[in-house]
Order: sequence, then C-alpha cells, then structure tokens
Amino acid sequence: MEKTPANIEIIEKYCKGCHICVEFCPTKVLEMKGFVASVKNLEACIKCMQCELRCPDFAIKVS
Amino acid sequence: MAFDYDKYIRPGKLPHIWCPGCGHGIVMKGLIRAIDTLGLQKDNTAIVSGIGCASRLPGYMDFCTLHTAHGRAAAFATGVKMAKPEMNVILVGGDGDGTAIGGNHFIHACRRNIDMTYIIMNNNIYGMTGGQFSPCTPTGAKASTTVYGNPDPAFDVAKLAIGAGATFVARGTAYHATQIDKLIAEAIQHKGFSVVEILDDCPTTYGRRNKFKSVIEMMNRLKDIAVPVKAAEKMTAEQLEGKILTGVLYKEERPNYTDEYAKVIERAKK
Ligand code: SF4
Ligand code: SF4
Repeated sequence: MEKTPANIEIIEKYCKGCHICVEFCPTKVLEMKGFVASVKNLEACIKCMQCELRCPDFAIKVS
Repeated sequence: MAFDYDKYIRPGKLPHIWCPGCGHGIVMKGLIRAIDTLGLQKDNTAIVSGIGCASRLPGYMDFCTLHTAHGRAAAFATGVKMAKPEMNVILVGGDGDGTAIGGNHFIHACRRNIDMTYIIMNNNIYGMTGGQFSPCTPTGAKASTTVYGNPDPAFDVAKLAIGAGATFVARGTAYHATQIDKLIAEAIQHKGFSVVEILDDCPTTYGRRNKFKSVIEMMNRLKDIAVPVKAAEKMTAEQLEGKILTGVLYKEERPNYTDEYAKVIERAKK
C-alpha cells in the first residue's frame, strides 16, 4: 500500500445510506452521519478500495 | 486512484433509480471497469436490455443503448449483432426478464452461440413489478404471489445456459465486487454466446419479505454461499451443501452464429 495519506470523497447527493461501505471497511474508517456515510478515521485508511468498489451509488472516491 | 466512472455515464443521469443497497449499481460499476479494461469504444458497443429494475442499466451508460420490451433483450440484440457483426453487443437484465418472460429468447441465443455477452442480475424476484416470484425464487421463499412460500424449485441459471449451448458461463456475486469486472471482461473477449450470472440482492421486494434485517445481511449471505470453483474441487459434498460455485464455470470453442451466417450469405451468392 502507498504511504501517502488517503483522500476520501463522499458525494452526499448520491449516497442513499445503505451502510455497505461502513460495514465492509476492514479498518473501520467510515461511519453513518445521519443519513449519509462520512469519514471518521481517515488515518486508518489502507486504500484497499473496497468501499469505492462496493458502493452501489457511485458515491465514494478514494485516492 | 479512484476509478473515473463518470466518463462512461451519461451526464446528469446520477443518482440512479435503484433502491438503497440494491446490487445493480455494483454490477454496473463492474461492467464499466470491464469495458475500460478492454478499451471498448462507445460507438462500437451496444448495451441492450428488456424490462425491470436491472434493465434500467443501459439508460445510464453513454454507449449505443436499447431499452426494449419485457424479455426481448436477446431478440433485439440479435438484430443489432446481425446488422453490425463488428459491434460488441452486451445484454443486461434480471432473472425474471431473462429466464421467464424472455426464457425462450435466452435459450435460443445460447443455442445459436451468437457472439454476445449476457449479464443476468439474479436477485431471485421480480423487483420493479411488485415482488412476484420468478423462476429463480428459491423453494419456500416468499414473494407477493407466494405469500405462503414458493412451491417451485428454482432454475440454476448457469446450468440452464450451459445446457442450452452457451459457450462461456460464469458466476459472481454483488458482494465480490472485484471479481465482477474480470468475469465480464473474459466473457466479452470470448467468441460466442457468453453468460455471466451475478447473484444480486433486492432488499426492497425480496429481503423484506424473507426476513433479511438489512442490506448487510443480504451481502453477508452472498459472501457466505459463494465458493470459487477451484476451492470447491477440494471440498466434500457435505461441505458444499447450500453453497454456490463462482468463477468461470464453463468454456468451449464452437462455431458462432454470425460467422456461420456469413457463410450462408456466401453460399447464396454463388
Ligand atoms: S479504501 Fe478501504 S480502508 Fe479506506 S475507507 Fe475504503 S474500505 Fe476503508
Ligand atoms: S426493487 Fe429491488 S431490484 Fe428494484 S431497485 Fe429496488 S432493490 Fe433493486
């Protein structure tokens, strides 16, 4: 994995609040804030891309 | 790096209509990554569907697209392929559309081995039309038309495709997102009729009726039942009870319909 810190963009107007990204993130980076997903612990992100791959709504971009 | 899906999606079309947690969006992303890997051109690629939630997919894709009648994706797609054999033709749809309403078109496209790829999103139900049971609803499961439990056995879509003559058959799940694009890319590259069944989730009309508490429970079920074909070789029949094989399940080389039809044209000209 790259050492540079991750940048996680959540497009709130696309997020439908399904929880998939929060549940399956291996390092528990994300949480639900009200209706939409949000970043709680960016430092823990290992850029595995699982959240971006599984988001059914094109609402998460990890770079 | 984040994958740039936007360049393949019609501007202004997102957010899509699918319910929260519906796997169709995950499959669409897999299809986009497969198209990107293979470098398919927008004006040389047709994406064709019938009717249903899954069949809304082509509307989002910035390619040549056809949204047709219920169950008729294979019929229209065959027309496209015969008129323009050089085009990449990809069919998408659900289990109700593909194996019931369009079951006949499906088996004959398999038999003809026409060089197209069919992605069937199998979520075990008719989603859009109100949760009626489909030929892929498991025995005992509840649908709006089987409120006391479904008495029918379900189709195995992959076996059906193999039996009908498809020459490439693969299966993945909406949970195993990284595998979806690889299976679809291999299917598109295969010369002949290829079928990719993606086990999918419909939380709205299937999950709620069948005691899944959440989308996450449905995803975990997909995670638990899937066994890669290679791993299955080392497992006993007991261990495989209730599991479903994933990966490339079948592959053979056989003359395909467009090539054979071109020969008919040559013979007729003599
Ligand atoms: S990239 Fe991986 S580690 Fe980072 S937030 Fe997404 S799922 Fe979690
Ligand atoms: S009804 Fe089911 S299949 Fe249709 S969009 Fe909603 S979750 Fe998806």
